[in-house]
Amino acid sequence: MSTPRRITLPVTALLIGCLLSSALALHYVDRIRSGATLQEALYISSPKLLKRLSLGYDGLLADIYWTRVVQYFGSKHHAGATRYGLLAPLLEITTALDPHLMVAYEFGANFLSPAPPNGAGMPQSAIELANFGIQNNPNQWHLYYDLGFIYYMDLHDYSAAADAFARGSRVPDAHPFLKVLAAQMAEHAGELETARMMWTTTYQTSRDPNVRANAAAHLRALQVDQDVTNLETLASHYRAQLGRWPNSFSDLVTAGMLAGIPLDPLGHPYKLAPDDHVEVRDPDDLPFIHKGLPPGYIPPLKPKFLPSD
Amino acid sequence: MSGTIGFIAWNTFREAVRDRVLYNLIAFALLMSGAAILVGQISIGIERLVVVNLGLTAISLFGVLIAIFIGIGLVSKEIEKRTLYTVLSRPVQRWEFIVGKFLGLAGTLVVNTSFMALGVFAALLYISRHFEAADGWVLVALYFIVLQFLILTALTLLFSAFSTPIESAVMAFSLFVVGSFAEDLRGFAAMAQGSVHRLATVAAYLVPNFSALNVISSVAHGQPVAVQLILANTVYALLYAGAAVCGAVLVFEHRNLK
Repeated sequence: MSTPRRITLPVTALLIGCLLSSALALHYVDRIRSGATLQEALYISSPKLLKRLSLGYDGLLADIYWTRVVQYFGSKHHAGATRYGLLAPLLEITTALDPHLMVAYEFGANFLSPAPPNGAGMPQSAIELANFGIQNNPNQWHLYYDLGFIYYMDLHDYSAAADAFARGSRVPDAHPFLKVLAAQMAEHAGELETARMMWTTTYQTSRDPNVRANAAAHLRALQVDQDVTNLETLASHYRAQLGRWPNSFSDLVTAGMLAGIPLDPLGHPYKLAPDDHVEVRDPDDLPFIHKGLPPGYIPPLKPKFLPSD
Repeated sequence: MSGTIGFIAWNTFREAVRDRVLYNLIAFALLMSGAAILVGQISIGIERLVVVNLGLTAISLFGVLIAIFIGIGLVSKEIEKRTLYTVLSRPVQRWEFIVGKFLGLAGTLVVNTSFMALGVFAALLYISRHFEAADGWVLVALYFIVLQFLILTALTLLFSAFSTPIESAVMAFSLFVVGSFAEDLRGFAAMAQGSVHRLATVAAYLVPNFSALNVISSVAHGQPVAVQLILANTVYALLYAGAAVCGAVLVFEHRNLK
């Protein structure tokens, strides 16, 4: 065997062995240091200092922090966390580094404001974030929409929501729904329909898959709440006419009160319980519903979003 | 065989000293003494934090520059001065030459880092008047910085085995920057889908992970470092540096030096 070949073969084997083993070692390091990068984000929590330290590459740093936001929320949400202490500072840093990163404001409105486990339960931080966005991007109607959304959904402050939607409707090329929403807020009327309109707007205008999945789940929940209310009203009418609670939805169909067995938004038939109420078949698949829940039902920590969303 | 490697390593170290590499210690000493005096007057309650952050960052940056700028000339300078032919005409194998060069530069960096570490501890003593138990973790951060140097030295040697000094410096520095964001790179990979996800994951595991070896911020806040992390980082750095040195040996073995 020639000298180079005598060296080449063992050294090549050693190189491959070292590389593969180093990948395994790195995998182990990652497990030990899970979330360490995010913890380190807190050591420099001043957005202004970070902006200066970025030496002008603040756009790239903002993108890096944005991925940290998504990873942080995703991993905590997946684990069913009830606290998201780093979400607000991470979003603050991200938007301070790049005040025009619209997706960060949208994410903040949808996941910073709602109560845990669906969000961080920090509506005031979400409002501050949206206002910072409006200050830096006054011609983006989405931001006024996000602000009104937080006021309406989480704080139930109709006048502040109406003001946000009205300001947004005056922005060039604003979505026409903003004027309608502003008017509805002022009237406090048709809450279910208003909520449906807002979640539909969110679903249709967002490109973030997490935001869309959240909006789709809320839309299904609104549909279920409305269906259950209508079905319970029909069953009550049946009892008023025939003097007994129907045994099943077939009784309502036979009585001509229903065209067929009613289905929930996932295509599963609703159940008519003997104790005067209507239930969904699998409440775990329908997060955020308020009606149609079996007695004593405890929702899972993490809301279940469907892959199709 | 080991005697040959030791001889080459010793000569590499002596050459680095002759090249006035250790002069950076003067700049470092001025920086640390100036910082220690200054932060004592302008920082309230964060003197230790500033000294540890500044000291360890300076050690890391000085070392990175030395590893790159000395490393790129390890092979090319020997060819340029034609001393390589003299060395290889003796009973010295090419792989021994590469391993010796690596150990020589690594040794230079260890000596340099040791002197700088003394400077950091002297500054800490000056501002606090005593050492704290948490100062022990600064030693771990220094050890991790040395592990970074081992990886970077091996990579620079690998690049210098097949490219010009300028190209080697650019590649080594680029990898240092990319490796400092290695965990974010794996974060990007995790968010990608399909074949992009697989490709990005492979790339993320191929680049050196300098971010796991950087615990400056946490030790500056007096936070401990897990023993498992020290062991795992040691194994990782030795394996990665070993792979890069093997690569350098392979390239150099097949390089036409005529």
